[in-house]
Amino acid sequence: MPEVLIDNVHKSFGAVEVLKGVSLSVNRGDVFALIGRSGSGKSTLLRCINGLEKINSGRIEVAGHAVGRDPKELRKLRTDVGIVFQSYNLFPHLTVGENIMLAPRIVKLVSKAEAKTTAEEVLGMVGLSEKFDAYPDQLSGGQQQRVAIARSLAMRPKVMLFDEVTSALDPELTEEVLNVLETLARNGMTMLLVTHEMGFARRVATTTIFMHHGKIWEEGPSVELFGRPKTPELQQFIKSDVK
Amino acid sequence: MTLRTFGFSEFGFLLSALQWTILLTVIALSGGGFIGFIIALARTSTRKAVRVAAATYIQIIQGIPVLMILFLSYYGLSLAGFQMPPLVAAGISMTIYASGYLAEIWRGSIQAVAKQQWEASESLAMTRAQQYRYVILPQALRIALPSTVGFAVQVVKNTSITSIIGFVELARAGQLINNATFQPFRVFLAVAALYFVVCYPLSQLSRLLERRLHAGSAY
Ligand SMILES: Nc1ncnc2c1ncn2[C@@H]1O[C@H](COP(=O)(O)OP(=O)(O)OP(=O)(O)O)[C@@H](O)[C@H]1O
Ligand SMILES: [Mg+2]
Repeated sequence: MPEVLIDNVHKSFGAVEVLKGVSLSVNRGDVFALIGRSGSGKSTLLRCINGLEKINSGRIEVAGHAVGRDPKELRKLRTDVGIVFQSYNLFPHLTVGENIMLAPRIVKLVSKAEAKTTAEEVLGMVGLSEKFDAYPDQLSGGQQQRVAIARSLAMRPKVMLFDEVTSALDPELTEEVLNVLETLARNGMTMLLVTHEMGFARRVATTTIFMHHGKIWEEGPSVELFGRPKTPELQQFIKSDVK
Repeated sequence: MTLRTFGFSEFGFLLSALQWTILLTVIALSGGGFIGFIIALARTSTRKAVRVAAATYIQIIQGIPVLMILFLSYYGLSLAGFQMPPLVAAGISMTIYASGYLAEIWRGSIQAVAKQQWEASESLAMTRAQQYRYVILPQALRIALPSTVGFAVQVVKNTSITSIIGFVELARAGQLINNATFQPFRVFLAVAALYFVVCYPLSQLSRLLERRLHAGSAY
């Protein structure tokens, strides 16, 4: 049973069909990179996986949960699926520690002591142990993004989704976030990540998916896909990225 | 009958009437705050019917003069057989009035919280109630504070309308003393000064909060 199963998913916004029959299957421990032009449907696909967007037809199953519309079922799903966005979205009125402990405390109902231990552990994983009591606006973009990753990890997810988590960062800060992602991948986390970092996708992702006009245009082991792109669209895309 | 002059005891009368103005303001803000809060939540509900009902309430309250709300609750209800003391009628109508405006201020504040905050908290498996309680409302409160305090100033001044149904608050007390002393300039200058003494610090507070809000990083 794959950890993430997407079967012939269609999704429209009004009259515009954004996902046109997407199917893919991600096994436990796989790292999938999603690449493609702006508007090709990468974010939408990711958001369908944790139910932030509702699909029009097809089927999605994640970590044993069918993604549907029932709010209660969706919440169960979301305790197993973390998502990190481009814009960090930390809670500005809470400290780093509070940001991380909030959901485990109120959703998973873990004790205060346990939440704190977990928070310290995940903060350590992203290299920010000393920032426990800082507020988000006292951190750099890269640090905020690492806290956002830690906040997701504190829920002990089985699958992590990342939507262009380094796009708002300058190269140096991008590096520190990518390092965190790489460590996660090496430690066996099942991950789907939308990225513009081709080098990173090639090096870290087991599989890369090239999306084009709402379809999976090309899919394959990253090294192969980048080394020998088959479709002219992907060739063009890779070429335009190099310059 | 001899005319009195405007002296200490008259000023004392104004001061005691000011207490009624303040009491009425407190009633309006707490009652209106309670109802307004519920309406603001309804206004941002996921259910359309609830949203529309709340929007209609706000539109109606904002679309009629406070005076009409006052007449309706005083004369209207007394025609219907409920004889109400002026304080009760004044309290009810100022509460209704405040609820419509506070609901709108707070709706705006709730909607001013970035939509990504909803998505992030939803993605962490929070219920809608938890999203409001732990993520949205604490941020909305901060945004709402300056305009809420600013609105309190309007309420203080607008309580003077209740003088029309004979409720003796500050403005009505001024009229009564003027009738007895016929020194309108002195009397109403004193009345105006008393309103100012209450309203000015509130306005300043509102401005201070506003500046803190725009400074951004006061968390
Ligand atoms: N909430 C929405 N309402 C209407 N249209 C939307 C919505 N979200 C996305 N779209 C449209 O769907 C299409 C796919 O958007 P999506 O965000 O998935 O693309 P993307 O591949 O992530 O692009 P980018 O690289 O720019 O992030 C776009 O044409 C976009 O305008
Ligand atoms: Mg996107």
